[in-house]
Amino acid sequence: MIGFVLRRFVNYVLLSAFATALGYVLASLTLNPAARFLGRNPPIPQASIDASLRQVGADPGVPVLTRLWDWSLHLLTTGSLGISARGTEVTADILAKAGTSLRLLVIGTVLGAVLGVAVGVWGAVRQYRLVDKVTGYGSFVVLATPTFVVAVLLMIGATQFNNAVGSQVITFTGEYSAGITGSTWDLLKDRLVHLLLPTITLTIFAVASYSRYQRSAMLDVLSADFIRTARAKGRGRASALIQHGVRVALIPMSTFFAYSFGLILTGASVTELVFSWNGMGQYLIDSISNNDINASAGTILFTSVLVLISGTLADVLYAALDPRVRI
Amino acid sequence: MSALDPLTTTAATTEETGAAAPSAPRVRRPGVLRRTLAARQAQVGLGVLVVVVLWAYLGPLFYPWTAQQSDVTAFGQPPSAQHWFGTNSIGQDIYAQTLAGLQKSLLIGFIAGPAASILAGIVGAVAGYLGGAWDRVLVWVIDLLLVIPSFFVLILLSPLFKQLSWVAMVAAIAAFGWMVMARVIRGQTMSLRERDFVKAARFMGVPTTTIIRRHILPNVASLLIIDATLGVGAAILTETTLSYFGFGVQAPQVSLGTLLAAGSSAAVTRPWLFVFPAGVLIITVLATSLLGDALRDAIDPTSGADRA
Repeated sequence: MIGFVLRRFVNYVLLSAFATALGYVLASLTLNPAARFLGRNPPIPQASIDASLRQVGADPGVPVLTRLWDWSLHLLTTGSLGISARGTEVTADILAKAGTSLRLLVIGTVLGAVLGVAVGVWGAVRQYRLVDKVTGYGSFVVLATPTFVVAVLLMIGATQFNNAVGSQVITFTGEYSAGITGSTWDLLKDRLVHLLLPTITLTIFAVASYSRYQRSAMLDVLSADFIRTARAKGRGRASALIQHGVRVALIPMSTFFAYSFGLILTGASVTELVFSWNGMGQYLIDSISNNDINASAGTILFTSVLVLISGTLADVLYAALDPRVRI
Repeated sequence: MSALDPLTTTAATTEETGAAAPSAPRVRRPGVLRRTLAARQAQVGLGVLVVVVLWAYLGPLFYPWTAQQSDVTAFGQPPSAQHWFGTNSIGQDIYAQTLAGLQKSLLIGFIAGPAASILAGIVGAVAGYLGGAWDRVLVWVIDLLLVIPSFFVLILLSPLFKQLSWVAMVAAIAAFGWMVMARVIRGQTMSLRERDFVKAARFMGVPTTTIIRRHILPNVASLLIIDATLGVGAAILTETTLSYFGFGVQAPQVSLGTLLAAGSSAAVTRPWLFVFPAGVLIITVLATSLLGDALRDAIDPTSGADRA
């Protein structure tokens, strides 16, 4: 099992490294860091433009692959992603923003996975009953809706709720109310209320997609012989379904968790942007409008590391669930 | 976004098809179309889709306002007999704009979705049929593209969409929408390769490209058709999300995404700016996914309706 997980881990590390390199090259090809200095009045002398470009490692005279090599070497030796267009350290910027994104991501993923699996199993066990139909068509509708539409609809709902109640019960712009003071409890409560709508948005999508795959995986298992054997040995229906059924049905899901993480990440960035959270989604968009190569490549590195972690976790889960891997 | 991808079949099928070689290849059955159309879900999906397409292209012919025109006597008006979906703050008609945006979004979806499926078919068939080094390299590329969050890369590529046109965006959306299906096709091809009719062709000296074109691709066509159908909806969702944040279709042109972006800030005070385009979008994507899902039920006996 350790061998299996290690092999997969090394594979993920290689994939992340390539993904980051690809991100750096793409950013170098599409972004033009010199654009910030052009069209100024009085014009900035070419020499100082060159000097500041060299400082961020974006000297147009140097081939892209050489720049990529320097950047990667710098990253590996010092752990620094270079200087951003605003003169700050990209690594520090990302560490500061990552918490915001991670909070949303972790809560959304865990809630979504747990609820999604539960709803999927429920739908499979009650196939063709009302519950199955409602959850089935519900997830169809959710998956046909862009994330931002759900977010905006939730905002409209919250506004109307606030108007009906007559006070700002649900606040949803940013991570916390500007200039709020008070006890730790007040601060925490304020953050939790701000977390409410973004979490609902993200969870709705995760539940909709996980539940459909879980239902399908569970249906494959329900008619399997080992369930009948377990029942014949005198296991209760619930215990046979949960201990034998759900466990086996989770095996293909663990692969899906790894692949779907990219979707959740996208959903989280969109959610962040709609609710004006200052996370990695916002950071990427800022870095593109600033023509900032180092910051864009850093964002791609951040996301590939997340995919690396989630992929490895999914493999550990897979190895733990599937006895054929556990040697 | 690409949540509509048939990952069900992947999660389970990638491993299974490799192992259960002899029984796996699905031959096209004459009854597929009939069985698909017998399902009410497919009838609804197809019917709605046809109506939406006809509406998008014929609707503007029977309506006095155009998308760019602005009515100086009606600024920010709610829906009325004159402006069916209301007007925005500069008097542009939302019904006309929604239809124009729908045309663009449908065009993008109907190009990018099938294009991704064609790419998936070619890459999957080549990897599965040739095997060896080709297979390892292609699978690695597939894995690489799967770990890169496509939304971020599409944003990164967006300066190109601004320079070139929305066609570049269509290509980019297709370039990030084929990987999952390519893995499924690869698994199917690996089992097809061992079947007698393919072996016979190979031993008779039929060139590899001909075998792939004439024997492999027709046998995985049903999967590709499902994927293309579901891909239309997924591509439309990607496009609207990109356009919503200003990275997709650019200003003088409208898509449903740009319309929603313009309408969302006023969504509370003037809901018609947001609700109508959003409703049209959801109905369109829903129709493609209902149709795709019904196709999958009809073609793949292990999924959906008929199983125990």
